[in-house]
Amino acid sequence: MEKAIRKYWPIFVLPTLAAFCVGFIYPFVQGLYLSFCKFNTIKKATFNGLDNYAYALGDGEFWHSFWFTALFTVISTVLINVIAFTIALALTSKIKGSNLFRTVFFMPNLIGGIVLGYIWQILLNCVLSILEKPLLALNATYGFIGLTILMCWQQIGYMMIIYIAGLQSISNDYIEAAKIDGATNRQILFKVKIPNVMPSITICSFLTITNGFKLFDQNLALTGGEPAHASEMLALNIYNTFYSRSGPQWKGYGQAKAVIFCIMVILISMIQLKFTKSKEVQQ
Amino acid sequence: MRRKKVLALGLVAMMATAVFAGCGSSNGSSESGSADGGQVYYLNFKPEADEAWQEIAKQYTEETGVPVTVITAASGTYEETLSSEIIKDEAPTLFQVNGPVGLANWKDYCYDLKGSSLYDELTSDSFALYDGDAVAGIAYVIESYGIIVNTELLSKAGYSLDDIKSFDDLKKVAEDITARKSELGFSAFTSAGMDGSSDWRFKTHLANLPIYFEYQDKGIDSTDAIEGKYLDNYKAIFDLYINNATCDPADLAGKTGDDAENEFATGEAVFYQNGSWEYSNLTDKGMTDDQLAMIPIYVGAGDEANQGLCTGTENYWCVNSEASEEDIQATIDFLTWMVTSDAGTKMLSKQIGVIPFKNAADTNNLFVLNDRKYTEDGKTPVSWNFTTMPSEEWKNGVGSALTAYAAGTGSWDDVVTAFVDGWASEYAANNN
Repeated sequence: MEKAIRKYWPIFVLPTLAAFCVGFIYPFVQGLYLSFCKFNTIKKATFNGLDNYAYALGDGEFWHSFWFTALFTVISTVLINVIAFTIALALTSKIKGSNLFRTVFFMPNLIGGIVLGYIWQILLNCVLSILEKPLLALNATYGFIGLTILMCWQQIGYMMIIYIAGLQSISNDYIEAAKIDGATNRQILFKVKIPNVMPSITICSFLTITNGFKLFDQNLALTGGEPAHASEMLALNIYNTFYSRSGPQWKGYGQAKAVIFCIMVILISMIQLKFTKSKEVQQ
Repeated sequence: MRRKKVLALGLVAMMATAVFAGCGSSNGSSESGSADGGQVYYLNFKPEADEAWQEIAKQYTEETGVPVTVITAASGTYEETLSSEIIKDEAPTLFQVNGPVGLANWKDYCYDLKGSSLYDELTSDSFALYDGDAVAGIAYVIESYGIIVNTELLSKAGYSLDDIKSFDDLKKVAEDITARKSELGFSAFTSAGMDGSSDWRFKTHLANLPIYFEYQDKGIDSTDAIEGKYLDNYKAIFDLYINNATCDPADLAGKTGDDAENEFATGEAVFYQNGSWEYSNLTDKGMTDDQLAMIPIYVGAGDEANQGLCTGTENYWCVNSEASEEDIQATIDFLTWMVTSDAGTKMLSKQIGVIPFKNAADTNNLFVLNDRKYTEDGKTPVSWNFTTMPSEEWKNGVGSALTAYAAGTGSWDDVVTAFVDGWASEYAANNN
């Protein structure tokens, strides 16, 4: 069998590779080319060099949305992972109904971003209206807080499941040995459990960072970038560059922004992966 | 060992065929039918008319044998859908643009319809959309908007339609109703919702009035810089809307189009700014013709005694110039049939409204009839100039500023800035 795999691996790889090329490599290369073009449809594109990048990098709104997104990503990553890990710890200690809780916490993840965005918009607007504060669309700070609450609510359950799996895979021997050596619960948590779930932390922080950066649906539905682009995140900024202007130059600008965006997301997640991987321990 | 190898190879082959069959099948179906006479592919803009289009397409195919495909873009995603559809091998032969600004994106794809059988059916040349000398688009619907009045409630408040002939009258009536709100049990205006589903009523449709009067003064029909001469009138009418409404102005940011429609249909307010397309929604909710009327939006500018409803179009059919000769001809034939045959005109009048073609079937849309009456009485309809607004971005800027103004977190100066400076900068940004 081993020999057969070694011999025929190209055939096994082929279907996925073909799909990957058609669905990812080709569009990516074409997108890269288009970012140097002025175009309205991809068939009628004329090369115009670095103009698009010059515009994209000089666009104040783009940078505003970058910093808004970066701040959002940092805060939501920390909050989601800390809370998800805490809940996972609670639900792996033997408490009654932990399976029910796991299901309930996971459920928000099954609802689409747009729907969630609108539901939370109604909810938060009601609360703000009762408190006599400006509504979501009028104040970027509330928009930011709203987005953070929404993302936490949606993602904590998912990350929790990953952490639970990580915690359950820690051999009981380690914990017992630590207890016999007289370790406190705190010490067990920081010296035994956390180092052993580092692979889960790597995955979860990767997912939350990229999700935060790529956030679109929730942003569109919850605040729509209001007021006046102040709560607009990167993906929505790119979308608006593409579709809310007229004239062929805007598609190129949007495409250049999209390429910059892609490179940013790749860079940031590579740095994060390297950092958390270095903390992983061999079991 | 050998058997396993065969099995593995078989599985791989199966997977591979599944992958390629999956890709192939979507192309296969659409290639059929383009035998000799050409075919029609319409990318429809109006989701509410999708079913009617499917039916009429089927009927046309049965009568003539020409295949007609109608695909409807999801609400609010027309530009995106068109961008991706038009580059396909089987691109739409028929699509639509929203007036001159929308045309800027698509003029390379518009077939010159001048002298075509469809163009000849138009009642007036003003319904053609020109790109230079070429007829790039043909308007297929004429719509009106104004202030929809619940006449039953109006008479309960002690007034009739004859009492409202100018902005001052409207202001007097509205403020009187507000003063007696608790006694009457209803408000003057529905909520001027600034949610995305409703803010176009103010940032686009209401904003048309100051633009229209400025264009009239200057005798122009588009501009690269708006002066904002009538913005005080714009403020006056917007103030009237938000201060005499069913809700607190601070809550408007979250109010939707459905909210306003429901408030009006359930008799919570007398006035509701919207258009003739709203007729079927209101009658479906149980309102009757004798409860309804549409009056002009008076803003205290121009000759109010002779002002009619805001009447115009922002929907233009365009034929894809990249399509094959046969397909272009088939498309023009199909459209000509739509606007001349009984079945076609009936469907258009029923689903779309008034159509600017010679053989148009009659309509029972009350607001359209209101508009006709105003015109017969010698009033001048206010034309739709919002199709010359520089971009969506401009509308969004005005919308944000209006929302903030209504809630008290922004000032009217911000609206003026978004309106005047925003116009100049957006126009420059889109036309460099």
